[in-house]
Amino acid sequence: MAVTLTINGETKTVEAAPGTPLLWVLRDHLKMTGTKFGCGVAQCGACTVHIDGSPTRSCITPHDSLGDAEIKTIEGVDGNAADAIREAWIENQVPQCGYCQSGQIMSAAALLAENSNPSDKDIDDAMSGNLCRCATYMSIRRAIKDAASKV
Amino acid sequence: MFLHDIGIIPGPGDGGEAGRGRSQLTNLSRRGFVAGSGLFVLGVTLAGCSSYVEPEVDADTFDLPEAGPSPLTEVKGGDATPTLWIEIEKEGTVKITCHRSEMGQQVWTSMAQIVADELDANWDDIAIVQAEGHERYGDQNTDGSRSVRFNFHRLRVAGAAMKQMLIEAAALYWKLDASQCSASEGLVSNDQNSDTLSYGNLAELAGKLQIPAEGDITLKQPDEWKLINKEIPSLTIPKIVKGEGTFGIDVDRPGMVYAVVARPPQVFGRTGSVNDSGALEVPGVLQTVRLPDATPPAVFNALGGVAVVAEDTWAAIQGRNALDVTWRDGPNAAYDSESYGEELKATARRPGTVRRSRGDVSSALESAATQVEAEYYAPHLAHSPMEPPAATAEWDGDTLTCWACVQDPQSTRNTLAEVLGVDKENITVNATWLGGAFGRKSKPDFVIEAALIAREVGKPVKVTWTREDEIRHGFYHSVSAQYMEAGLDEEGNCSAYLHRTAFPPIASTFVPGLATPTDGEMGLGATDVPFAAPNLQVESRDAKGHLRIGWLRSVSNIYHAFAVQSFAAEMAHAAGRDQKDYLLELIGPDRQIDPGEEGATYGNYNASLEEYPIETARLKNVVNLAAEMADWGRDLPEGSGLGIAVHRSFLSYIATVVEVSVSDDGALTIPGIWLACDAGTVINPTHVRAQLEGGTIYGLSNALYGEITARNGAVVQDNFPSWRVMRMEEAPSAFEVQIVPSNAPPAGVGEPATPPAAPALANAIFNATGQRFRNLPIIGAQGSRLTLAQDDKA
Repeated sequence: MAVTLTINGETKTVEAAPGTPLLWVLRDHLKMTGTKFGCGVAQCGACTVHIDGSPTRSCITPHDSLGDAEIKTIEGVDGNAADAIREAWIENQVPQCGYCQSGQIMSAAALLAENSNPSDKDIDDAMSGNLCRCATYMSIRRAIKDAASKV
Repeated sequence: MFLHDIGIIPGPGDGGEAGRGRSQLTNLSRRGFVAGSGLFVLGVTLAGCSSYVEPEVDADTFDLPEAGPSPLTEVKGGDATPTLWIEIEKEGTVKITCHRSEMGQQVWTSMAQIVADELDANWDDIAIVQAEGHERYGDQNTDGSRSVRFNFHRLRVAGAAMKQMLIEAAALYWKLDASQCSASEGLVSNDQNSDTLSYGNLAELAGKLQIPAEGDITLKQPDEWKLINKEIPSLTIPKIVKGEGTFGIDVDRPGMVYAVVARPPQVFGRTGSVNDSGALEVPGVLQTVRLPDATPPAVFNALGGVAVVAEDTWAAIQGRNALDVTWRDGPNAAYDSESYGEELKATARRPGTVRRSRGDVSSALESAATQVEAEYYAPHLAHSPMEPPAATAEWDGDTLTCWACVQDPQSTRNTLAEVLGVDKENITVNATWLGGAFGRKSKPDFVIEAALIAREVGKPVKVTWTREDEIRHGFYHSVSAQYMEAGLDEEGNCSAYLHRTAFPPIASTFVPGLATPTDGEMGLGATDVPFAAPNLQVESRDAKGHLRIGWLRSVSNIYHAFAVQSFAAEMAHAAGRDQKDYLLELIGPDRQIDPGEEGATYGNYNASLEEYPIETARLKNVVNLAAEMADWGRDLPEGSGLGIAVHRSFLSYIATVVEVSVSDDGALTIPGIWLACDAGTVINPTHVRAQLEGGTIYGLSNALYGEITARNGAVVQDNFPSWRVMRMEEAPSAFEVQIVPSNAPPAGVGEPATPPAAPALANAIFNATGQRFRNLPIIGAQGSRLTLAQDDKA
């Protein structure tokens, strides 16, 4: 069944089986592979996208449940918060392998858009669902604070 | 942008602002260099008014004798022929081939730093070409923390040789002697008049010249380095923040289909009856493929089972859920990790094979004033890189092309040739970026699967491992049991030290039934123990493997350092002494240690003891540095404690101090970690710090939570809820790293921070609570009341 989605400001029509999670529609159908698969059960955050600005795990979000919601992925997320996060990520050399970082950046950008001066506790709460096996956690904390100081 | 930040090239005024385009920067910086004097800075501001226009060098106008073969094919580390590693394009791009796999250790950046420094290239001109798997590059196995160590010298030689040829080409053009020319920032200068020729312009002519012999090449002195040992920003991060870059799981080919595999739950379990009618009814499922059963030895072969091929990954997963397969038991059906662990502990209590011996441990133990005894246990671990294994394979008639997140594309290619019966020359293996690896992606079983399925399907196939697949079908870190005994004299000094270790060896994955710990594994923290006790003995006991045993970040060092460094603190406690002071005394006087002199067959990470000796002074130095950083001995509140551990592995020396705080209800937090590292020459301090932080957290995560168990031969855990790893809020609030300045040969940094993490943590918990954890993992261990702070959120 054809479903029309609004992704990074563009309209995309996809044909995927009903209930197919947005993650696989993005990756396999639309070839937008910046959004990553990590666990499939919303436990690692690698697949985080923004649905109407809210960080959302695309691996458990059926693509045909989104109506005309505005979907943003790592390829297209923009605005002051996202720009500041990207810049702080480079400045602080946050990523190691980088695989989880799409999700980290999406969670961090959503946090910063909501809360321009997050405390350590706010950061821990917002980022708790994003795993990093390279353990960039300390750099992420530093970078979010750095970005907050510049937004 | 960053070249100005680090002062490598003269800035065009204000140091540059973020977001400036690359080509603009390149032009400005070149003019800035060309100028070289106050007068020419004027030329920069009046862009286009420069009096010097670089002429085009036409290589065809030079009649040159044909160059002989490369004299650099066998320098230390392998082939240093510059054209193997460097290609300079006419417009100036300097392509550097990286033959090691990029998995977050920033090997693209470090390899490029080494080449570009000696080449005196302009860093902004650097582009990386990821090498395919091929023996022409020498060793490509990106594990063992040795990419820099193996390649430092030969890549410097390659860069310097290329620079020399570019200078010679310029001299030829200018009809000068090479000594009258010099190179910097991608330009050769005529020292007579400051004319310049760019590397791109000279590349074709330089390519016709004879490659110099090593004896005719001068490498830079460390104080001349502009890139090596500098905090150069990563070449991959600018792509990562935009979601760019291709990991193994991201590969796309025209007409590609997607597969997941249902594998037998046990290693060497077999596929019985298969009813795929339910799977084939799932929308998007195209077909199923039965894979051949696996037989011992495991090696890197596929595990067998049934593949479900579909139009997308989700359909393949749904199809797999709908498969009806009867699995047949194999030789590991009876494996129960809990009862096995108890047997392993009992095994370690009995005398074993002596692997290193000094003095007479038995009588020294008997006559000691105080005996100390302890048993340690550490379970199987899974690697769990954030990117699970994934591979794409494409057959074109007789040839096979694969794209995969592999640590060793060369062994992948060799294994494919052997398993598929295809000539190696007809197989191409392209290494993608690796979304973490930690040793898992050294084992290319998932690439074999992709190739087998693609051959059946006749289309390009991408095989994706789900997280459940990764956790249930790994090459697990070995389970281990260790028995330690020490004798202390009246003053509390260690007079006798006995370490007995038992674990199924990695070799059991390659040789059926092999059960004796290898010299290689014994040399990872057991036979290389640096203690000065007059009587010392290291023993091993055989143990059979029932899962595929593999290497995981720092390998046997994990359990050996846990036991040795925990036991050092236990001895200190028995002697009524400070952990840190006692540790320094155990290590004893400054000296170099050769375990081979005491009966050990010791490999020293495939390095010579002459080049990389075991130096107790360096070990003690990092202990003192870490202790100073942590303000060791300071007053701490009730329930808080510092713990220390030191370990040499992968030729690096690392001491770690962990601070813990345990609340009345048992909630544990880690307020701080202080780490001192002596890794010899360091290529990039920023990225070394990242590896040291990452390696430590990896070790702490495993120590706190890591445990893979098996019942009826099958792994019990399946995804992050049951296989827990450390999250953001559990990470330490402060993490300070100190890198010891050194011109010693470069050592490893990817793994050596992991071994001291667990014992430093256990020693800190002991100092905070009096509770000694000898069984890992700590959270959930028998008798443990520790739960991490904010436990409910995970």
